[in-house]
Amino acid sequence: MALLSLKNLKISAGDKEIIQGISLDVGEGEVHVIMGQNGSGKSTLLSALAGNPKYAVKGAALFEGKDLLTLKPHERARRGLFLAFQSPIEVPGVSLASMLRRAYAARFGDEMGAVEFDKILQAKSEAMGLARSFYSRGINDGMSGGERKMSEILQLSVLEPRLAMLDEPDSGLDVDALERVGAAIGKVRRNGMSMIIVTHYARVLRSIRADRVHVMHLGKIVASGDEKLAHKIEENGYSWVLR
Amino acid sequence: MGIAMKDMEKKISELYGRDAKLSAVPEESKLNVGYKTKEKGLTEKLVREISGVKGEPEWMLKKRLESFAIFKSKPMPTWGADLSKLDLDALTAFVRPKGKENEPTKWEEVPKDIRKTFDVLGIPEAERKFLSGASAQYDSEVLYKSLRKNITELGVVFTDMDSAVKEYPELVKRYFMTRCVPAKDNKFSALHGAFWSGGSFVYVPEGVKVPSPLQIYFMMNYPGFGQMEHTLIVAEQGASVQYIEGCSAPYYTRDSLHSAVVEIFAGKGSRVRYTSIQNWSRNVYNLNTKRAIVSENAIMEWVGGTLGSGTTMLYPCSMLVGRGARAEHLTISLAGKGQVKDTGAKVLHMAPNTSSRVVSKSICRGGGLVRYRGLLHVGKGCTGVKANVRCDSIIADKISVAETVPVIDVRSSDAVIGHEAAVGRISDEQLFYLMSRGIDENEAVSLIVRGFIEPIVKELPLEYAVEMNRLVEMEMEGAVG
Repeated sequence: MALLSLKNLKISAGDKEIIQGISLDVGEGEVHVIMGQNGSGKSTLLSALAGNPKYAVKGAALFEGKDLLTLKPHERARRGLFLAFQSPIEVPGVSLASMLRRAYAARFGDEMGAVEFDKILQAKSEAMGLARSFYSRGINDGMSGGERKMSEILQLSVLEPRLAMLDEPDSGLDVDALERVGAAIGKVRRNGMSMIIVTHYARVLRSIRADRVHVMHLGKIVASGDEKLAHKIEENGYSWVLR
Repeated sequence: MGIAMKDMEKKISELYGRDAKLSAVPEESKLNVGYKTKEKGLTEKLVREISGVKGEPEWMLKKRLESFAIFKSKPMPTWGADLSKLDLDALTAFVRPKGKENEPTKWEEVPKDIRKTFDVLGIPEAERKFLSGASAQYDSEVLYKSLRKNITELGVVFTDMDSAVKEYPELVKRYFMTRCVPAKDNKFSALHGAFWSGGSFVYVPEGVKVPSPLQIYFMMNYPGFGQMEHTLIVAEQGASVQYIEGCSAPYYTRDSLHSAVVEIFAGKGSRVRYTSIQNWSRNVYNLNTKRAIVSENAIMEWVGGTLGSGTTMLYPCSMLVGRGARAEHLTISLAGKGQVKDTGAKVLHMAPNTSSRVVSKSICRGGGLVRYRGLLHVGKGCTGVKANVRCDSIIADKISVAETVPVIDVRSSDAVIGHEAAVGRISDEQLFYLMSRGIDENEAVSLIVRGFIEPIVKELPLEYAVEMNRLVEMEMEGAVG
């Protein structure tokens, strides 16, 4: 049984149907990469799967064989679904540490004191080369693009989801930041963690091996293949796929 | 305070049944009354009775009677919050707590029932842990007060206002409701001048820095009662002191009134911080006058959280009368169901090179109304003034209201004035972001609100910061869905 199974999924915002019927199976431990031009619906797909209430979703989405669509975002997260945002939201005045401590308690049912949790957080941060001061700051408050992406990956590594959905983890970063974020993603991917990575670049495949690569266009998957598909798109663009 | 804060909510509900459960008025015998005035209503006879019971000197009685005449002559204010349902004549104006006659000097000497109430709130614990001095007022009078010996030796005075009238008459005559908050200031300051009872007197001699805060805790227990304590803080040149007050009351079916006056004199180069966390029950009208006269190069800081009460009107005022004086006003105001918070800050720049900063954070939910009302005045000829006002509000739902009424009156051409106001709702994006981490909607809202008030909470001593967060969280519970 696939970990995530989508059947003829249709997603709309208001009157506009953005995803027009997608079927996709993501197996246990698999990494899927979704590519596609801007506006093809990649981000919408991930956001809706995470439960963003601004989308209306039809069709079927099963996570571990259970209906995902009736669940609220926090219930999906507690079951092991995680979305790394393309543009992480600022929550000023709330430290990343205090938010993560609650998230951790919600995910694993393990209410820890701040001191005890700090040990976990410190270890995870160190593994990513992040200083302690990183997580005592307000959530994404006054952070650079690269820092925000690192923050998302740090959250991912603490919450150890079953399925991590990464929305353009490599966008808007300089070369150094790309390197660090890529390495961090490679590192946090544990055995058994499945991933869906939305990206414009095949570069991410340097740090992580993909089982499947899909191309989205106008709300549909128009091509699927292995890593070669990603490299071909990076070299030749999308037009040959869409033809 | 000072107790393990996770237990706070439980303790308060044990004590009072919280706001959810309105308590019936208990039998008189269970109210810990030592003495109370016989007749209700606010009469001259009553003024004389209170003064007599306290054994006050003639000059104080005279002051009370003058205030009473002013009170009678002034109409009820018609601006701000609606006070039409406040029946002053139904109030009991003076209730002396049981055990007062023995003048307890040790905590153990306070009557057991009363002690229990304060114990639950962690009052004596807090004193041991982090305070220079502590005091506890039950209904009209202070039952317990203490000041560390090393602080007493510095010449610092921290006593209840009633004792101060007898022990420090010259200081009281000079500062009590004279040029800071005269009785004629407003209807409620006049009422207070006539019927005041309890409160604190703090005197810090020249150059003395009190190392840790002085705290008083107010408990209003008698149903349909008017608590009118007076706080007078005098910091001489170069002195520094931090004063904290907290308050609670059970939630009875009968309305009560809290009408305090706070007067602060911050001498040359002194620093005074006044912190209050108000958590009265919803049947309390909270109508106070708080003001500081700030001298040359002195710093006055007001830090406050207005969480409880049904109706609050409160605008702490800093009069910057000396060159280089500075005022900081940091306030959090929260209005839930049935609450009206008409609060703000007044800063009067009356000398050159004075500066001020006002940060007000308001939250409303469940149909509550928060209104920021502020006055920033820069007098003629006051050059080099810098002032900044920031008032932000969060509206947690579609039925609550946040309003801003800032008045800025600048009569000096080179003043640098900043004013920012933002009224916002809790953003769907923030909610979704936090929920996508596994945090449920209520907790997400409370986190966002916590972040919103953080700039002020971080100014509080740790114990209070934790309590403030807990209280706000409790208030925000069930804010959505």
